[in-house]
Amino acid sequence: MSHEHIDVRYVAKLARLDLTEEEATVFQKQLESIMTHVESLSGVELPDDLLTDDNSLLGIMRDDLPGESLSPESVLNNAPDHAQSQIRVPKVVADA
Amino acid sequence: MSLTSLRQQFLDGTTTPTKVLEELSKTIASNDPRTKAYISYDLENALQLAANADLSKPLGGLPIAIKDNINTFGQPCSCGSKFLVNSYISPYDATVIEKLKAAGAIPFGRMNMDEFAMGSATENSAIQLTRNPHDPERIAGGSSGGSAAAVADGTAIAALGSDTGGSIRQPASHCGVVGLKPTYGRVSRYGLVAFASSLDQIGPLTRCVDDAALLLQAIAGHDPRDSKSLEAPVPNYSAEIDNGVKGLKLGIPAEYFGDGIHPGVRDNVEKCIQHLERQGATIVPVSLPHTSHAVATYYVIAPAEASSNLSRFDGIRYGNRAPNPADIIDVYHQSRELGFGPEVKRRIILGTYVLSSGYYDAYYTRAQKVRQLITRDFKHSFQSVDAIISPVAPTPARKIGSCSDDPLQDYLSDIFTIAANLSGIPAISVPCGTTSFDGADALPVGIQILAPHLGEQMLLRIAKSAEQAGSSFGI
Repeated sequence: MSHEHIDVRYVAKLARLDLTEEEATVFQKQLESIMTHVESLSGVELPDDLLTDDNSLLGIMRDDLPGESLSPESVLNNAPDHAQSQIRVPKVVADA
Repeated sequence: MSLTSLRQQFLDGTTTPTKVLEELSKTIASNDPRTKAYISYDLENALQLAANADLSKPLGGLPIAIKDNINTFGQPCSCGSKFLVNSYISPYDATVIEKLKAAGAIPFGRMNMDEFAMGSATENSAIQLTRNPHDPERIAGGSSGGSAAAVADGTAIAALGSDTGGSIRQPASHCGVVGLKPTYGRVSRYGLVAFASSLDQIGPLTRCVDDAALLLQAIAGHDPRDSKSLEAPVPNYSAEIDNGVKGLKLGIPAEYFGDGIHPGVRDNVEKCIQHLERQGATIVPVSLPHTSHAVATYYVIAPAEASSNLSRFDGIRYGNRAPNPADIIDVYHQSRELGFGPEVKRRIILGTYVLSSGYYDAYYTRAQKVRQLITRDFKHSFQSVDAIISPVAPTPARKIGSCSDDPLQDYLSDIFTIAANLSGIPAISVPCGTTSFDGADALPVGIQILAPHLGEQMLLRIAKSAEQAGSSFGI
């Protein structure tokens, strides 16, 4: 799989990251170098008996029972902006 | 001064937790302006705890420095990042902190680290640079550089760090202290700010192997709040520690002793191996054939998991929010742009890329399969040996700022430590000597011991013997 055309800006957008022009240029080159090294994995012989569905990787769930959690106050103490016991954010829904 | 000796002195009445903290704070005032291992510390709170310490507890009255990615109630938790610095105060204790407190210990100090644990030099901290106490022009290693440097510098008796690809063991090696990464799942990750959830483990950095056993004893154990926490009972880690290595088989993997290792590192590690042989161990050549793929495997999986874990840093619920966002999406973009440093951004982009549509199977799934081959290599070797010995890092600590512009060169230096995280096996770095390197006379060198899954007792026993070959603790 060719990686020469990593669209760093597009991938950064997926990750909700703004990049400066300089960052985008530097990262493009660095990531291509890293991916060149990663490409070596494509040549590794994979035996047929490798399990791809290893169930031990599935998260163990706790019982769905109410329990102690953080108090609203302790959560709001770390909120960048809050009012009326709620975290305040810029408008989410655009005006009609 | 060690945890073990101080504990005895407390019981004898020769000193008190208050006096120890007072002395420690004087050493911090004298040494830390140069080393900069501490981001902050709350002496007043610690002295209150010291005054009321229960000396009957296993770690009663003993101060333990904490890497700044482990939540400790009421204390800042910056993860070495602008995103959280001067902003986030932990609203809860991580499980390891609860356990330390239950054992009577005093969490004291927030230790510098590479931002979000991404790095091998603590040069990626957005807050300050930590210098190696053995040579202030050199890195302390990373990402638990602050923890390792403080223990080496005499400004901490012992510390907790976290290890995802070597971040306890490598700084331990560079600073001449002991650093242990437990079996994956042995120590709860609840309250550790996640970097790569299938790789992260919290572990001790200490002045001696006995202390590592003592600290591991306090923090190990099942925790239902960590879904991968192991239910296996916690043995007495000190019980077999003085049993020596007579009759043990120690594997030397050819792939870990190839080209690219500094001669002084090789020399010290080989001398230590010879010491272990004289003590009665049998040295057995082994092979870990997929070693050369470890770095590539890690640098797909770890960034992938990091890209998911760090998506919680969105500027909404905690952390430093961008000041003038245009709209809600802009909150995310700007807060993350301002809050994250270049290495974090690089790894998030790399991780997002390898998980993205069209690339997931080629990169991420494939890396997980190669990971299984790396794990099999160890399992196969452990059928014929009790433990495996290797260097920790190809060179001693390099000069600050000497890393090339190609981050891949730094990533490749993680070659010896990464495989233990990929396989989940426990590993320890023990000081085994010093060497001259790149203009410095006597830089510490660590030897790494790797044991099978849940083989911490074996690890500590061999480590204690290796330590007796001659360590370079302290300045």
